[in-house]
Amino acid sequence: MEAFVKPGEKNRLKERPERPVKQELQPRVVKTPDGQEITVEPLKDYYCEAPPRVHPPAYAKIVEDLFNWARAESLWILGFGTGCGAIEMRPLMTPRFDAYRYGIQWRPTPRQANLFVISGYLSVKTLKRAIRSYEQMQNPKYVVGLGSCTINGGMYWDSYNTIKRLDRYLPVDLYITGCMPRPEALLAGFLELKKIIKAGKGEGANRYAENFDWYKANQKQVIHDWDMPDYSW
Amino acid sequence: MKDLTDRLGTLFSLGDITEKRDDLAFVSVAPDLLRAVITHLRDVEGFTHLVLLTAVDWIEGGQFQLTYLVHNRTRARDIGLRVFIDREEATMAGIHDLWPTAATYQRELKEMFGIDFPGSPRIDEEFILEGWTDIPPYRRDFDTKKYAEETYFHRPGRETFDPATHMKDKLYPGEAS
Amino acid sequence: MTFEWMKIPFALLTLFIVVNYGLLLTALMQKIAARVGGRYGIPIYQNYIDLLKNYALRSAITHGFMFYLGPVFRLTGGVGLLLFVPTIYGSAMFSNMSFAGDLILALYFIFFGSLGMALGAGESGHPYSAIGVSRGLSQVTMAELPLALAVFAIAVQYQTLSITEIVAAQQGGFLHWTLFTNPLAVIAAMLSFLGSMMRPPFDVVLAPQEIPIGPPTEYHSAYLALMQTNRVIFPIAKIVIFMNLFFGGASNWPVFFVKVFAIYMVSVLVGVVFPRFRVEQSIRWFMVWAVPIGIAAILIV
Repeated sequence: MEAFVKPGEKNRLKERPERPVKQELQPRVVKTPDGQEITVEPLKDYYCEAPPRVHPPAYAKIVEDLFNWARAESLWILGFGTGCGAIEMRPLMTPRFDAYRYGIQWRPTPRQANLFVISGYLSVKTLKRAIRSYEQMQNPKYVVGLGSCTINGGMYWDSYNTIKRLDRYLPVDLYITGCMPRPEALLAGFLELKKIIKAGKGEGANRYAENFDWYKANQKQVIHDWDMPDYSW
Repeated sequence: MKDLTDRLGTLFSLGDITEKRDDLAFVSVAPDLLRAVITHLRDVEGFTHLVLLTAVDWIEGGQFQLTYLVHNRTRARDIGLRVFIDREEATMAGIHDLWPTAATYQRELKEMFGIDFPGSPRIDEEFILEGWTDIPPYRRDFDTKKYAEETYFHRPGRETFDPATHMKDKLYPGEAS
Repeated sequence: MTFEWMKIPFALLTLFIVVNYGLLLTALMQKIAARVGGRYGIPIYQNYIDLLKNYALRSAITHGFMFYLGPVFRLTGGVGLLLFVPTIYGSAMFSNMSFAGDLILALYFIFFGSLGMALGAGESGHPYSAIGVSRGLSQVTMAELPLALAVFAIAVQYQTLSITEIVAAQQGGFLHWTLFTNPLAVIAAMLSFLGSMMRPPFDVVLAPQEIPIGPPTEYHSAYLALMQTNRVIFPIAKIVIFMNLFFGGASNWPVFFVKVFAIYMVSVLVGVVFPRFRVEQSIRWFMVWAVPIGIAAILIV
């Protein structure tokens, strides 16, 4: 893992003016049908504000190895296509590639998924949703960056609205190169991810919790209208 | 198309007329005439479909060009109306009451070019960008590369080569160029 | 009546056998459905891994007290259903806690899990959960109606509410099965069976391809693992009831395995052939096809 804050690195740069909190997120007083007045504070009431905790491997090595094996053999992908690369994930469900053979399944809700495939370019708007989805997943969780856009911006390297380095915003376990990578490359990537998990190195969620402030600062630098709590599960 | 532009010419004072194809022509009109012309096209000439509404930034001339493309389904032909407005005070009357879909185009133009359409529904709401504070990104004085460099983390190691010189250096390394 | 304490370990043994059989059978059914689609499908042991992984997840969050109890209720529904019906007919070991009026209790337990789930999912506060609950309850209620009618029909036919006695009356050759003595009731019950197995065409409640996965939208980690456990027990327990009531029961484990597989296959066969119903379509379908047959079954008896 590379050092998190490099002294020489220009760490963004232009200050942007603060934006007011959206109307629907401001605290307000609501009158209930039976006449009571209650204060609603959406940012506090609707979300949990506790920062993520580090969950170290708790059991003896042999048990953790067994668990890691189970985690590797049962990868549940969050069905959230963030960019054009999502089109390459669909063939994996079809008879030609059939990723179910390898224990890879798709789940519609972040709560039940433990693998987040960032499929291609990530605009700032999508990044916001991706962060929220990622934070709702349960530890341990893994992130795979798919395609060159997640690595260095790819063909969107000079775009005004897409991020260039995914690993500054979310802890990435594995990159799959290509523009686009074919489904075979994706399968190879997933098998590689299994090796990482089985070796006990898939601790992205803990890395995220340890360097939480750093990740949050990076995220807030690009997401200018941060209208959610810092940790939104 | 000639018959149509002739008929329009008798009714309105038109600017340049460009015939691209037999079924596609572009006509320049003054901003205050646009509404009359486009209503006439819609109600009398049968151009009932607003295909698109887009803008071009002519920064050298200090103008925005708005293009209203409308389509006649029965005759299968299109006509585009070009309107030039001032770049500094970019304001235009909306046509969202003629075609409700125009409101979406106008919202996009407001966000991407900063062209205002007073009275258009939800014109001030964010359309695609969230929390944008810089100048509208489709204006040509917006430097997207510079913005990307100072906003997003750059991964070192990315190099760009001119294909001709790169291949020359690679294939004939000793030769002075 | 004295309580035989030995029944408890035997009941647990039944549970153990059924859980493992259910894990393998569910995976097998998924494999069969995958083969119909030209895929290989999941490995036969995949359910064990998924279960282990979900129990091994390190973090879990809660939305409140009922959120905990939802999966517990669900599992109780499945286990209770299994324990109060005689699994193997004529075996002292595996007739479990069955008693004279167990048919009514079984009908109750079929519904119990859904209700618990509805409460738990409601507590999670997710709008998709609420959608799933309302869809699920309306469909399950509707599917329950023909089953209740069929059960009344055969209760009248055999003049008893004890599942053991109903099985006993069906012994002596397959022509004594309810399937042949009261076919209308069996047809109505099997149509209801399709509706309650959460397989196509009646799986709009839980189908992962729908945008909301339904009631379990918010469930994860060990909660989800509990529900997965129930998902393998509950269908088997329900099939045991159907087997006992309509298909002559099973007098030993091999017969049990074969019959459960065959009855399960009915819903899988229908599921791979027919596309998914929306809830209002499935309710109309039950009203038009299943309920009249159930009423006819009662009238004929």
